[in-house]
Amino acid sequence: MSKINSINDFVIKFANVNGSGSASANQMFAKGVFRSGIPVSPKNIFPSNIQGLPTWFEVRVNEKGYLGRRDGIDIFVAMNPQSYQKDVSELKENGYLIYDSSWKREFGREDINVLEIPLTKLCVQEFTNPKQRLLFKNLGYVGLLASILEMDKEIYVSLIEEQFRGKEKLIEPNVKALNIGYNYAEENFKDFCEIKVQKSDKTDGLILTSGNDAAGLGCVYGGATVCAWYPITPSTSLAESYNKYSEKLRVEIGTDKNKFAFIQAEDELAAMGMTIGANWNGARAFTATSGPGVSLMSEFIGLAYFAEVPTVLFNVQRGGPSTGMPTRTQQSDILCSAYASHGDTKHVLLIPSDPKECFDFAVEAFDLADRLQTPVIVLLDLDLGMNDWSTKEFEWDDSIEYDRGKVLSKEDLDGIERFGRYLDVDGDGIPYRTYPGTHPEKGAYFTRGTSHDEYAGYTEDGVKNAEMLSRLLKKFQTASSLVPAPVFNQEKNESSMGIIYFGSTDCSMQEALDVLEDQNLKIDAMRIRAFPFNLEVWEFIEDHDLLFIVEQNRDGQMRTLIMAEGGIIPDKLVSILCFDGQPITAEHITNKINAHLSGKPALAAS
Amino acid sequence: MTYIVKPKNHHPLLEKNKLGLTRRDYEGAVSTLCAGCGHDSVSSAIVEACFQLSIESYKVAKLSGIGCSSKAPAYFLNQSHGFNSVHGRMPSIATGAAMANHELLYLGISGDGDSASIGIGQFVHCARRQLNMTYIVENNGTYGLTKGQFSATNDLESKNKYGDDNLFPSIDLPSMAIQLGASFVARSFSGDKEQLVPLLKAALSHKGFSFLDIISPCVTFNNHNTSTKSYDYIREHNDALSKPDFVPSGKEILTDYPKGSSIEVPLHDGSLLALEKLSEDYDPADKIKAIQNIQESQRDGKVLTGLLYADPKAKDLREILNVSDKPLNTMDREELCPGSDKLEGINSGLR
Ligand SMILES: Cc1ncc(C[n+]2csc(CCOP(=O)(O)OP(=O)(O)O)c2C)c(N)n1
Ligand code: SF4
Ligand SMILES: [Mg+2]
Repeated sequence: MSKINSINDFVIKFANVNGSGSASANQMFAKGVFRSGIPVSPKNIFPSNIQGLPTWFEVRVNEKGYLGRRDGIDIFVAMNPQSYQKDVSELKENGYLIYDSSWKREFGREDINVLEIPLTKLCVQEFTNPKQRLLFKNLGYVGLLASILEMDKEIYVSLIEEQFRGKEKLIEPNVKALNIGYNYAEENFKDFCEIKVQKSDKTDGLILTSGNDAAGLGCVYGGATVCAWYPITPSTSLAESYNKYSEKLRVEIGTDKNKFAFIQAEDELAAMGMTIGANWNGARAFTATSGPGVSLMSEFIGLAYFAEVPTVLFNVQRGGPSTGMPTRTQQSDILCSAYASHGDTKHVLLIPSDPKECFDFAVEAFDLADRLQTPVIVLLDLDLGMNDWSTKEFEWDDSIEYDRGKVLSKEDLDGIERFGRYLDVDGDGIPYRTYPGTHPEKGAYFTRGTSHDEYAGYTEDGVKNAEMLSRLLKKFQTASSLVPAPVFNQEKNESSMGIIYFGSTDCSMQEALDVLEDQNLKIDAMRIRAFPFNLEVWEFIEDHDLLFIVEQNRDGQMRTLIMAEGGIIPDKLVSILCFDGQPITAEHITNKINAHLSGKPALAAS
Repeated sequence: MTYIVKPKNHHPLLEKNKLGLTRRDYEGAVSTLCAGCGHDSVSSAIVEACFQLSIESYKVAKLSGIGCSSKAPAYFLNQSHGFNSVHGRMPSIATGAAMANHELLYLGISGDGDSASIGIGQFVHCARRQLNMTYIVENNGTYGLTKGQFSATNDLESKNKYGDDNLFPSIDLPSMAIQLGASFVARSFSGDKEQLVPLLKAALSHKGFSFLDIISPCVTFNNHNTSTKSYDYIREHNDALSKPDFVPSGKEILTDYPKGSSIEVPLHDGSLLALEKLSEDYDPADKIKAIQNIQESQRDGKVLTGLLYADPKAKDLREILNVSDKPLNTMDREELCPGSDKLEGINSGLR
């Protein structure tokens, strides 16, 4: 029998039952590989359910640092008889199947290598507690993997020790469970597997964390003091991350009181209202949600836009429309975020592509919201938000101050004859604001969502209102020079073709570009990081005759936004789309581009 | 409609308060509401209460939703920041604002449509969270601004201007507020300044969620003889629980006050709300009794007014969440940012 043979380059998938405690063992496997110095991209594929349904966990191990999802499984750890059939069919020819042979099975495939381990039987022999018998099967297969992949078992022993720090009693049985699998494999499968993990140094300077965790931490570093939110997958862990880090890092010494307020609101409308109220009053505040929540928040987003109240919103996108696929990923809220709310509205979007950037953009979002006095929406997606990524370490420069924007102090007000909340004093479209309670006689104004003049007075003068709307547009223009610039793959453009992409697609794109280059297809590439589009974005579009726009949605929403905002002719912009709820693969991108270039555009678009 | 700024001619004889301010200093823009609208009476009672309490206007935040009632904050306290938000969502704005800076006084103005229909969820949760604010519903039993549709506080079978019957029972906001945990609940009538001003003063001095349901007739759409929210109906059916007198801290309690028949409610800042008892077994600290009183008078076709319930010792949201005594909006980067050393520690935990 032939066997897949590779070092530090494979995809392993685990099939489990939801709620069986497998998640932490699978996570531990991935972390062990990461600690061996090889970048990993673990992905949780889970149902919208708490217990009993099939769930999968996929880890790509790749020394080159390609972290995008890749089709074809090299090793399958099949622990769920319910899904055996489907799971085994995903295994590549000559791949390895590991299953619990306490109940023997035939899988009807001659082209794969099967490793049988009677995990349940072994655990029943070694443990008396019925819960442990079930739970420790998971660590058993981690032990087996450590053996067959020839990994340093001690890495897992220390991971167990770290996990149970403070609950030392649990270390011994966990290590025992690990050894059950490890020793069984040492005895039965020595030199069986030809896929290996070999220590490397490719994770130097990297950490393993999720976008939500990073963004929540970024909010702490960015000075957010109020978080109001309503639970919704996949954004919940972002708010929870903020709370977790705040409880560690934001408690007053001496009084034990919190330098933050964390409020679970009654719904997303209230969450957004609280966020706006706090920002209006001079605190940095944010909320986190997903598509359905954005729909509910839309009226308030329009208020914040028109009344010019800074607001930060994280939209961790999931499969839509409607309740859609709550536990699958998409980039399908581009338009509803960019133009959220009724009337003429447009909003600043920040689009990070890895957890490090989630941290950085969280910090930046507060500066931009304060500077521009407008909602800033940070767009993540489920893949980026909820999965752990091998990402660059967080960095912080202690000398940098927050930019609180144009806020007048009591002294400033003393020097002003008449304060006009909506006067464009500097010609950049950004007015000055005051916090309530600043000055006994000056600076008070009435914030309203109804039409108003420069002094915040109610007006039904249509010309005045049109002036106000035009100034908001000017402010948006100013925003385009302040938001993060795009990232280019090349120092200078070399091709008449370009690729535009954004967000979590980045990891597959790096790989796709390398593959295309190997095929002698040199295409320039630009990663958009923000809306409104900066000058550099328009120049790149201008400089190329044909542009592929890679998106994880059905309608090519970024393409629409580019056409609408820049008057770009549709023929020039070709969509490369993926909207099956799975993160896009490099192969998908290269196949579609090749199909288009070989004169089969229909195939490319489907 | 435009915004009219009143000329500010201070009459030397105008009475001054502790801050040396006159009532004019507490006024707002000229009202654009209909002449005779109950909401204007509430605004002037607010002016009076703030004047008497010598409140510093700039330390007040006036918040509202949408409706004729929600426009009212423009017509009092010119020196206060105001926030006329969206329909039914004032409570969430107030919650966020109060978390940012607990040192201001939060005064929310809402309507019966704003609070009992579209915003009932926010009203409920704001009361339940014990937000430290004064929450006023200017209750006219109709949607004034959209021209006279029934609201959810209208009594069953009462008629609107067009003669249609209201088919559904009314929501009683004070009973709800008590049940939800509001620590100060009162009802009054826009036409009864003598009762309203002391209640407002007490509500503004109370720490915690102070709720005031003020029957405030809409002269244009709901002041006819088949309405239970008309001036005439309320005057005839007003069943006052108590005659309140508010004694701010530091001021001596009037000696000629009829002690035998009065109850004193001490508020957290040391001030007192003295109630002349009209009803024998009335105790504003008894939640269950309070709800029973309301229901009984409703059954008898009366509108019970006065202080219905008060718990001066209740905790407020900030205390419940254990938020710092220093307002969050005054904390700077040094206080808020954990810095690079801590970040290095976090990085190493993620390797
Ligand atoms: C989302 C939304 N829906 C509907 C309206 C229209 N609207 C404006 S005011 C109002 C009712 C106000 O009634 P109430 O709160 O009782 O105030 P009143 O005018 O009676 O004082 C409605 C339905 C709106 N402004 N926003
Ligand atoms: S319509 Fe009714 S509530 Fe509105 S201003 Fe006129 S009287 Fe007042
Ligand atoms: Mg009304």
